[in-house]
Amino acid sequence: MAALRALGIVVPACLASLAISAETVAPKDLEFFESKIRPVLAANCYACHSAAAKIRMGGLSLDTREGMREGGQRGHAVMPGDVEGSLVLSALRYDGPLKMPPGGRLPSETIADFEEWIRMGAPDPRQIKAQQTATTIDLDKGREFWAFQAPQKPVAPSPRDLAWPNGTIDQLVLAGLEERGLRPVADARKEDLLRRVTLDLTGLPPTADEVEAFLGDSSGQAYAVVVNRLLDSDRFGERWGRHWLDVARYADSMGRTRNAPFPVAWKYRDYVIRSFNRDKPYDQFVREQIAGDLLPHSTAAERVENQVATGFLAIGAHDLNEQDVKQFDMDVADELINATTRSILALSVGCARCHDHKFDPIPTKDYYALAGIFRSSEVRSGLRRRPRFNAGYFRTDLLVQLDGLPAYSIPNASEVRAERERLHSELRAAEENRDRTECRRLARELGKLPMPENLAMGVVEAHKPVPMRVNIGGDPHTPGDPVSRGFVQALFPETAELPRIGEHESGRLQLAEWLTRRDNPLTARVMANRVWHHLFGRGIVATVDNFGTMGRQPTNQPLLDYLAVQFMDQGWSVKSLVREIVLSRTYRLSTNFEQANFEFDPDNTLQWRANSRRLEAESMRDSVLLVSGELEAGAPAQSPVYGFERNQLLNSNNRQLKSWDTEERYRSVYVPVIRNHVSRLFEAFDFPEPSETHGARDITTGPSQALFMMNNDFVRRHATVAAERLLSTRQGDAERARHAFRQVLSRDPSPGELRRAVTRVREIREPGPGEQSAGAKAAEAWLAGFLSAALGREPADHETDAAMRYLHERHSGAGESPEAIARAFHDDEGSFRGNVAIEVVGAALGDKLRGEAQSATRRNLRDWRKAHEEQWDENRQMFLAGSSSLEHEAWTRIYHALYNSAEFRYRN
Amino acid sequence: MSGVLQDRRSFLRRVSAGFGYTAFAGLAAMDSLSANGGKSPLLPKDPHFEPKAKRVIFLFMQGGPTQYETFNYDPDLSRHAGQATGAKPQGGTSGNTIMPGAFKFLPSGQSGIHISEVFPSLREHADDLCLLNAMHTDSPAHPQASVFAHTGSITFVRPSIGSWVVYGLGSESQDLPGFVTMNPPPVGGALLYGSAFLPASFQGTRVNISAGQDPIENIQNPRLDIESQRRHLDYVQELNRGLLDRRSGDDQIEGVIQSYELAFRMQGAVPRVMDIASEPESLRTAYGLDQKETRTFGMQCLLARRMAEKGVRFIELSHRGWDHHNNLRKRMADNAAAIDKPIAALISDLKQRGMLDETLIVWGGEFGRSSYQQNDQANGRRHNNRGYTMWMAGGGVKGGMRHGRCDVHGVAVEGRVHMHDLHATILHQLGLDHTRLTYRYAGRDFRLTDVHGRVVDEILA
Repeated sequence: MAALRALGIVVPACLASLAISAETVAPKDLEFFESKIRPVLAANCYACHSAAAKIRMGGLSLDTREGMREGGQRGHAVMPGDVEGSLVLSALRYDGPLKMPPGGRLPSETIADFEEWIRMGAPDPRQIKAQQTATTIDLDKGREFWAFQAPQKPVAPSPRDLAWPNGTIDQLVLAGLEERGLRPVADARKEDLLRRVTLDLTGLPPTADEVEAFLGDSSGQAYAVVVNRLLDSDRFGERWGRHWLDVARYADSMGRTRNAPFPVAWKYRDYVIRSFNRDKPYDQFVREQIAGDLLPHSTAAERVENQVATGFLAIGAHDLNEQDVKQFDMDVADELINATTRSILALSVGCARCHDHKFDPIPTKDYYALAGIFRSSEVRSGLRRRPRFNAGYFRTDLLVQLDGLPAYSIPNASEVRAERERLHSELRAAEENRDRTECRRLARELGKLPMPENLAMGVVEAHKPVPMRVNIGGDPHTPGDPVSRGFVQALFPETAELPRIGEHESGRLQLAEWLTRRDNPLTARVMANRVWHHLFGRGIVATVDNFGTMGRQPTNQPLLDYLAVQFMDQGWSVKSLVREIVLSRTYRLSTNFEQANFEFDPDNTLQWRANSRRLEAESMRDSVLLVSGELEAGAPAQSPVYGFERNQLLNSNNRQLKSWDTEERYRSVYVPVIRNHVSRLFEAFDFPEPSETHGARDITTGPSQALFMMNNDFVRRHATVAAERLLSTRQGDAERARHAFRQVLSRDPSPGELRRAVTRVREIREPGPGEQSAGAKAAEAWLAGFLSAALGREPADHETDAAMRYLHERHSGAGESPEAIARAFHDDEGSFRGNVAIEVVGAALGDKLRGEAQSATRRNLRDWRKAHEEQWDENRQMFLAGSSSLEHEAWTRIYHALYNSAEFRYRN
Repeated sequence: MSGVLQDRRSFLRRVSAGFGYTAFAGLAAMDSLSANGGKSPLLPKDPHFEPKAKRVIFLFMQGGPTQYETFNYDPDLSRHAGQATGAKPQGGTSGNTIMPGAFKFLPSGQSGIHISEVFPSLREHADDLCLLNAMHTDSPAHPQASVFAHTGSITFVRPSIGSWVVYGLGSESQDLPGFVTMNPPPVGGALLYGSAFLPASFQGTRVNISAGQDPIENIQNPRLDIESQRRHLDYVQELNRGLLDRRSGDDQIEGVIQSYELAFRMQGAVPRVMDIASEPESLRTAYGLDQKETRTFGMQCLLARRMAEKGVRFIELSHRGWDHHNNLRKRMADNAAAIDKPIAALISDLKQRGMLDETLIVWGGEFGRSSYQQNDQANGRRHNNRGYTMWMAGGGVKGGMRHGRCDVHGVAVEGRVHMHDLHATILHQLGLDHTRLTYRYAGRDFRLTDVHGRVVDEILA
């Protein structure tokens, strides 16, 4: 079998060509072809004209005899014996309209070889049938694709079961189910529903009080009241803004090769959050992000808001080390085309950079029509390409100046401004003089001054529009036909009346217009689908960022179209759309299993039940902070990446990079997103790569997640704080356990779970005979860690003995038990900070530490202390507090266990 | 007094060595079975047919290593040296003169196959190497080609080969992941070890080898000793099993339970496998751990052997910086020096332990380099996906042989092996038929090799 299969492949690839050549091509001719013709074809032509080429230009294949003879769109490439009739020759000679290869005329000898060869009758031993040649795109045919036809409100179907539906959404879903003989499962339990809707709308679990109130409210309006409360909460924008930031590839640094910080990116982030909180109409939201600087405005504040919105176009990841300016400019335009079309239209127009889109009706021309718009705009990220020194990436004059705002509203504004100007001019001079040290110093000084408040990332119009040509094969150095600025043609009928771009404008204003017209077939659908995806865990079109032919078909197109039209009819209000969906009965289904349904639709594409869904990294972290009561409202006052020395790139060895996720207490949406260095917790739980549009996150499960939740100090620390609060606010084991369950899992424990939790607490609080108490264990772990850290290696047995003996003698009054010694040890500040530590180490080594040995040990201990300060304090408290510390430890572990449970990770 | 000390001393030893896993080894093994009614997805599974190899060590050289300075001896290049071909090379507008190899190639071993002089140690193993001189792949761009080399796809997110292997064969180790990737390169990111639509337990686990860093994040619990932690985890799993009962057959929860058990066992096993103190000094020197330039990669190689012993099924090591557009002579020599001794040591170490026959070693990058000079000035070569070299050793593959040939333009012309073919061959050696190793997703069966791939029978021993 294996042999046969092998033969089947080997024959056409090798033997066949040998056989043919032996029969039909004379050896002398064969040699000529192999030595003079084939190498030239392979080296100069195959890249664009072969079966293996990424794009087969002009539909021409030069890697087979047939391909060469038949030719491409322009006709026969080679006419055996007819030199003048062979197109390939005129192309090689560069004497006709077609000049090939595009990189430059080949040497005359080579061209002479080709003449000779054609005269010989173009003997060609190759015989592999060329693959089907590429066709040009037929736009009219392309427009027939479902996604390119404007959505129409469907006629509401009348399902058989009239009792179940609670509105049009339900009717449409039920119709889809009934068509296939499926039935929706039962409704969700109240506590599941509350947890679901609260997490979905705000990214946070309900508080214990909210659980209690909702479970106790039996009125018919209870759920609707909750929904309105959540929609009105500012937490809504933090949650749904983050969804958009995934799509908008938001980050606080450039990424790629020169990862410089974006110190004012946060203004765009906060704009997004604000927009969702204010329920800004989505069409307006899109227009502002594409062309906010060009939109009319009625107030100064509106003007500023519009300018900040264009940050969407300035936060892309670009290679600041690109040497080729043309390439860089086109790469920037490319990034903008990708970001805009994938996020708003769910189309990958970027594929048409080098060739007509392979699958969608998007010719290369459309790509360059868009490129013309973006090239005629100026991206102001605050960073520049290849400065002379690292210090020079960031410059405030490369940001957008916000109209009507003062640079500073602080008291000593004029001083600060003067100081900045002085430093700036000195910096310029230092750059001129190529004084690297001085540049670095000045940049550092600048970084210490507060950032002017009237700056944001964004775009402005270029001085004048840049004429655009197709870049052949995507190469900016090989310009082709000129292209006028415009839009994706397939999205509108040829007859549609579209706004025209004036000679002196970039066309962004018109682009914003095209994107948000009611007859744009994609914009409303794509957003409605994104909303559905976030509420059900799966889009009606599963490929939320690709509505093209390579994307998935909608599982229920009438439903999608209803939502899209309804969305527009309701003034593009995201909150109205969310409200209508979460009030539907479909959303309120349980996650119950149903064998018959499952067999037919295992992936639940038809929505016969609710999907149990993994919490995002943000929700997990924010939940932990909320339960411990430590969650801070609002954003940090200044971006954490501002004040980094200006010249600091965010590489892994940059010591200013912090674990903001575990150290800070603001909501996760405000944790800076550093490209190439996504926070650990976020990375472990599938935070999307922040350089590209990601409307749907991965959901993986692996041991690194378990290790994070089990062992990272963040979870433990907040469990400790939560336990502390629990002990001071609730009395009695049962009541405490019930409260912890409500806080973390939004439900009451079952009687069995309650009993078990209480026994678990007792196990820890009251260690049985022969068991060491938690305190003693912690103390021993402490001593062990301390000693190995100080020595920088594992201690030998005799060294450990010696150290113990020393401690024992030192604390001889304390008692014999390990815990007693440990307690005395912790009670003695010197053992942590002072000389006692050094003496212990000295005792271990059997000698007093002096000189180099002592400073090395001190260094080691300093690092150890830094890393364990908090734990030391905690341990100390535990020892000093005596048995109440065990109570605390027990409840800490209950919280810790609940955070580690699968139920915490998934909302039902 | 001595009793107290004795207690503490043993305790200290226990803690500082990682964890007292010995007492728990039995419990852990039991758990892997009992937690899921004996159907852990990672338990060993039967292959399709008698395998030649039990495991794979993939030495991934990111950047596109040049074949003309390493393992593809092509005297034609010297013959045509400096000759302008009039070609428009891939990905550029200039640079089309044939550039001869920068180093001497020397006949090596009994077989006499030619290997570059920059691999003095590896040359001694020439008779174990099977040089695939006519590799070709779909893309000449780093990210795409890197992803393709791992998943067989550029366009879509697909499981990586390591995930497929563990999916097909399970893991022999129940306390280490079945698929480990050390220092994976950023190019291609998590796609290089992702499981895509395969269940998450088949995802590659990332290990960082560098000084002063935990090899795996959060691998140690700073507070609880092993007994307390186990009791703690038991309580967590009790909660989880209760949930599983309420939501029967929810494989997400099943996955979480699994991941915690594996993580727990890893806490003991990972420090053990990372602790090379027991390795003799001479062996450490052989791997180059005493030299700055070979230390990191040598450590990866040594750990690969240790993981192989522990039954890790697919082990990937990475070495970066093979993208030599310029300064090729010097940078190539440096790179070669960094990997030569470590790989040679790995081969002889495996051989000495009788493991080479059952371990398939694969060396190579995402593509190779052109026979042309980068441009008139630069001492470098461009990308080339149409002809390049990888090699295999051990695992039932013939040694001391060259397979395939490129023409002077660097295009694979004879004995061509596509990346899909290499994937098919790797699976074949593990006893898996690449056409039968399928997973149903989104309504159709997927394979690592899609609809392609051919086992390269010619190179099988």
